[in-house]
This record gives sequence, structure tokens and C-alpha cells, in this order.
Amino acid sequence: MNWIKTKNNTKVNLNEIPTLKINDLREEIISLNKRPVGFFGKDWGYGTTKLFTILADDQNGDLYISSALFEQSEKEYESLTQVLPSFHIFEREFYEQFGIKPKNHPWLKPLRKNQKDYQFFEMEGEEVHQVAVGPIHAGVIEPGHFRFMCNGETVYHLEIMLGYQNRGIEDLIVKHPTNQLAESICGDSTIAHNLAYSKVIEILKETKITKRAQLIRTLALEMERAAIHIGDLGAIAGDIAYLMGASVFGAIRTLVINTMLEFSGSRFGRGLITVGGVNFDIDDEKIQRAVKTFSKVEKDVERMVKTMLKNTSVMSRLEKTGVVSQEKAHEIGVVGMAARACGIVIDSRFDFPDECFKNLALPRKIFKGKGDVNARFQLRYQETMESLSIAKRILEMLKNGYKEEVFTQNENLLCANSMAISITEGWRGEVVHIALTDGNSNLTRYKIKDPSFNNWYALALAVRNNGVSDFPLCNKSFNLSYCGNDL
Amino acid sequence: MFDTLKSRIYQGNQFIKDIKNAQMREQFRGLPKLCNSKCNNCEACLNICPTGALKLNPLSIDMGKCTFCGACKNACKTGAINFSNFYKLSATSREKLIITENMTEEEFSKVAIEVKKEIKKVFGKSLKLRQVSAAGCNGCEMELNACSNVNFDMGRFGIDFVASPRHADGIVITGPISKNMAYALKDCYKSTPNPKVVILCGACAISGGIFQNSSELDRKFLEKYPIDLYIAGCPVHPLTFINGILGLIGR
Ligand code: SF4
Ligand code: SF4
Repeated sequence: MNWIKTKNNTKVNLNEIPTLKINDLREEIISLNKRPVGFFGKDWGYGTTKLFTILADDQNGDLYISSALFEQSEKEYESLTQVLPSFHIFEREFYEQFGIKPKNHPWLKPLRKNQKDYQFFEMEGEEVHQVAVGPIHAGVIEPGHFRFMCNGETVYHLEIMLGYQNRGIEDLIVKHPTNQLAESICGDSTIAHNLAYSKVIEILKETKITKRAQLIRTLALEMERAAIHIGDLGAIAGDIAYLMGASVFGAIRTLVINTMLEFSGSRFGRGLITVGGVNFDIDDEKIQRAVKTFSKVEKDVERMVKTMLKNTSVMSRLEKTGVVSQEKAHEIGVVGMAARACGIVIDSRFDFPDECFKNLALPRKIFKGKGDVNARFQLRYQETMESLSIAKRILEMLKNGYKEEVFTQNENLLCANSMAISITEGWRGEVVHIALTDGNSNLTRYKIKDPSFNNWYALALAVRNNGVSDFPLCNKSFNLSYCGNDL
Repeated sequence: MFDTLKSRIYQGNQFIKDIKNAQMREQFRGLPKLCNSKCNNCEACLNICPTGALKLNPLSIDMGKCTFCGACKNACKTGAINFSNFYKLSATSREKLIITENMTEEEFSKVAIEVKKEIKKVFGKSLKLRQVSAAGCNGCEMELNACSNVNFDMGRFGIDFVASPRHADGIVITGPISKNMAYALKDCYKSTPNPKVVILCGACAISGGIFQNSSELDRKFLEKYPIDLYIAGCPVHPLTFINGILGLIGR
């Protein structure tokens, strides 16, 4: 047995995970040819390093886990990226964190550290020039450095250098795991990350939370999705100078996040989710108000989107701008909303559903997108409406039943020698949290993968052959996270 | 065109008219309300606080560290810890953010912000700010962006975020300041013409917040340059930010 097969939201005994020679693991990964969701090292004592690999079979909802051990003297291996490009960023991360070099990696540049030492790609020619921006940007945005290789106005290539937000979160969580820290991994996906974290810890503590708590969590996740999508519809409108849209979507978003404030005391739902359930129940009065608000939000979003898309000058800016082909997206391993906009069928809510989502038995809507800004705009609109309708449905359920506690006390130690995995579909895509424990029930490794980690490269591809002035528009249509990538 | 106009009329005006007295929802966790006599020293709150913002004997909460997560309130079985929905949580000196028993909203409003004559004179009518995001979580940044939306409309007070430090009268720092951002922050500060103000926004910037124990930070900048305003929150609510700035410039 070279793999063990498991499901989302489960734990496995570390001793049951096969340990192969790296060359064999490499062969296995290539022949299995599934999507990587985890590829990370762990210090294994005496100078050795263990490389864990977790692959996702989205069609069947299975996860495959295996590992390889590097002796102290083994400092390189033949890179996977040459064969499977979607590994490019995982291998860069593994190299940066453990110093084990993937040989013949086509582009082994820094991920989060030593930005200053990096020699950027250069192009030469009479009309070729470079535009460099960042790390501090013009707007109120997180830091990152972008370097455009342009011919006149046209972008040939964009190189993205990140890492400025690096706070060493994985180590901080190992030292002192808290919900508050999980909420601050990526503040625009507070709910998604805190949910993934809480689930991982609950799995390791063998805590079963109530149905009511699960429903409130799912409600919060969908509200987060709707709020961000609406905000980004506004940001896209702003970037094509359709200021009416920018203002109106901004105001509509306020309604959703202020409802979150009523539920949890924070506009982004901080303090709502905790290991063992949720900290706040939602009473009938709040439910009623929220249902009314969401109905208004649905109406207003629909109205504004329709008005906006009727405008031909709007359409001419959105269509065919920032295209990522389905084939390319697949090749580089794009996930989540950005992948769906290219027509890829992937959504961990459906591929790896948790109990609550499974019970809701929602139909999966397939989106036939062309991978341009327009597709991402339309998809976000569609998902906003879906999320609002799911939210309303859950609110009804909470009103009519599930009268139970929302918090389950559990003082158990974490299960020893285990690995727990939780995948949660945040608004950008899959948020993956993986925790490892030792024989004394202590956390020894915490791995986080934000969807932005996979998707930044898609943005670089999207702007190729576009005008450099369309970069903000392309960027907003993805709205990727810097801190989620930098950790 | 007509549809757009119709939408405009349908939306009406949504700005908050009186920003200084705007109603905040009661669930908002703002100024701590502490009652030392109820505290029985069980330390439940100390053990659960993720940032070390709490102290006992006497009971106090340092809003410069606090994430306003509310965990201490839930843990306290005697009701010694509460949070009011008071949202004006800025101070011109670091110590004023440490809240002890009996701190009332009126009292805090009175003592927290000391208006400097020079600042009022130079920036009282218009203040342009350059924001530097340095390794936080993007929560504060989202709220700062919201300050300029149609609800909060900060621009009406002559307060704006500008694209270049060269156009700015001051900088607003969010995040705990990573090693990787230290030099850019300093560059930005130096590029901002004098006189200028420096504002720390959010628990991260003020104290390192939830990331204070990270080995990837470099907070030397803060030792070197004077800070004019501390705005508490995690993230900072737009009403907190706007009122803090208005206070700083004596409006
Ligand atoms: S609300 Fe503030 S003081 Fe209380 S536990 Fe949270 S961070 Fe600590
Ligand atoms: S203070 Fe809180 S919300 Fe603001 S950047 Fe830091 S962690 Fe995020």
C-alpha cells in the first residue's frame, strides 16, 4: 500500500501513513495524477525531514495521503513541477521551509522570504519596458510587489513577489492555538479559516457539535461569501469607473455585514465560531430581521447587476478582459471561484461536503464561464444569490426547529500521533487546514493552505496581452489574499 | 442611462448624517466595563485571553492589545467583565488605552484625546493620509476602505487616503510590521513631507496584537518615531477610525 485513502474532516494515525522513498513517492504522485491539497514538510528528528503529500480526488470525495522521508544528507530530489505544473508553488514552499531542493524546477523563486535577493525576469528589446509597483500600493491594499514586462501598453508578463505579510502563523498556531489567531490568518475569510481550524481541533478532540451550531456556522460562511462577492462587484464597478455600481454595491454589502454584527458583535463574524460550536445563538427576532434584510439585499443586488450589465460600455470592459483558459487553469491547479469561472467543476462544499451541507441537499449549479472578468463577475453574482437563499433557508430552519445548545464543552486532550484534515470552501475557494500531533497530544505541525496560494499565478496569466491599465480590474475580479498566501 | 438614474433615486441617500453620535448596534464590543469588586481572582479570563490584554488586581484591559473577542466576558462567571457598544476608542497616548474599573464613556472621551494646537492648526480642515499595510490580516484594511464608502463618507470632512506618501500629511499603519515590510514602511515615512502625523490603527499595529509573539516582526520603527494617535480595535470599526481622526485634528 502506497497511499491511505480517507475523507474530509477525518483524522488518520500517523503510523498508518506509508513512508516511501522520495523517488517512489514521486512516481506514485505522477501515476495517481490527482490534485494536490497538501505537500509539506515536517522536521522528523535527527536532521531528517518527512514530506507529507495529500491529493484530492474531487469526483469521488476521497483524499490520498502518503509520505517520504529525507535523510539528513538527502538535500534534493527531482522536481514534480516538470511533469505536474500545479506543484510549482508547493515545491517552492517546501524548498523555502526545509531547504530540500526540487531539481530542475522551472522557476524556483522565493515565496515569502528574501525578496530582495531575487533576480526578476528580464526582457530586452527596444520597445520593452518594466513597470514596478509595490510593496506599498496606491489604494488601501495589502502589500505585494508586481513587476510588469510591457511592450508599449501591453503586458507580456507579470511577475508577482509576495511575502511581505509573512507573520509565521503556522508556528504561532503550533505554539499557542486559538480561534482568534485562526480568524486573523486572513481577515476577509475570517469565518472560513476559523471554521477549518475549529473543525481540525474538534476532530482531534473527538468533539461532536450540535446541529444548531453547525447550521449557524454554515449560515455565517454563506454570509461571508455573499458579503465579499457584493463588495467585489462594487470594486469591479469602481475599477471600470462605473461609480454608481461602486457606491450601490458598497451600501448593500453594509447590510449583510451589519447583520453579521448583530449575530456576533463583529462585522466580519469575529468571536462567533469557537472550538465546540458557536458563541452566540440567534433568537427569533434577529432571524426575522435578517430574513427581511436578505430579501432586500437579493432584490437590490439583482437590480443593480441588471442595470449595470445593460450598459454596453460596461460590457466592453468586462468581456474578454483577463482571460484564463480552462486548460491553463487546470494545468496550474487553480481552485475555487476562479476555477469555476473558467468552467472547471470544483467546489469543496459539494466535492467534500460536511454533514451540515450534505443534509441541506442543495443542487449543484454548473457555471459555464469563459474565464474572463465578465465570467468572474457573473459567477460572483450567481453565488451571491445562492448564498443569500441558503442563508434564508437556514434561518428558517433555526426558527422552526433545532432547539438545542450551540456549544459543547469538551476538555479532552488532542488525539496523539494523528493527522487531521479539514477542507472548507471559503468565498475564494478551498481553505485547507492540517494538524499533526505527537505522542504527548501536543500539536507539532500546523499547515494552512489558502486558495490564494494556488491562484496568484492565475492572475499573472490573466493579465498577459492585456493593457497594463486593466490590471486593477483583473486583480479585483480575483481579489486574492496576500496574508493568506504569506501566512 | 435612465436605468442608472432610476437606481440612483431608488437608493436615496444613505450616509450617516451625524457621525459623532451615530447609533451603534448594541452587540458591538467596544469600551470594556470592568467591575473589580465582582472579580474573585479565578483567572479564567487570564487563561483564555489570546493577547495578554487582561490583568488582575486590579482588573484591567489594555485596548491596545485586546482583540475584542469577548472570550473573557464569556469565561467570567461573576459578571466582572463587560463591553459597552461605545466605539470612540482612540487615544493620543498609549497608557490611556489601558482601561480599569469605573472608566465611563464620558470620562474616557474627556481624557483620551489631547488635541495639540499645532495639529489642529495645520490639519484641522484637511488631512490626507497614506496607509501602510504591514502584515496584518486585511481586516483593518477592509474597514479603512469602508470609511470612504457612501455610508461613512469620510471625505466630507476633508479626510482622505491618497495614493502617494508625497501627497500625504501623515501615515496610518495597520498590521504588526513584519521584517519584510520594515524597510518599505521607513521609506514611506521618509517620503512623507513634514510636518506629518503617524497613526497606529488596530491591535496589531499598536502592540503586535494577536501576532505579538511572532518571530517574523520588526517593530523598531515604532521606537524611533513619535506616534500621534492610537486607534483600538481588531479590526477598527469605521466609526472608531473617523471619530478618532476627527478628535486628533480637534474637530
Ligand atoms: S476581549 Fe480582549 S481582553 Fe478579553 S479575552 Fe479577548 S483579547 Fe483578551
Ligand atoms: S488588528 Fe486585528 S483586524 Fe486589524 S489587521 Fe490586526 S488582526 Fe487584522
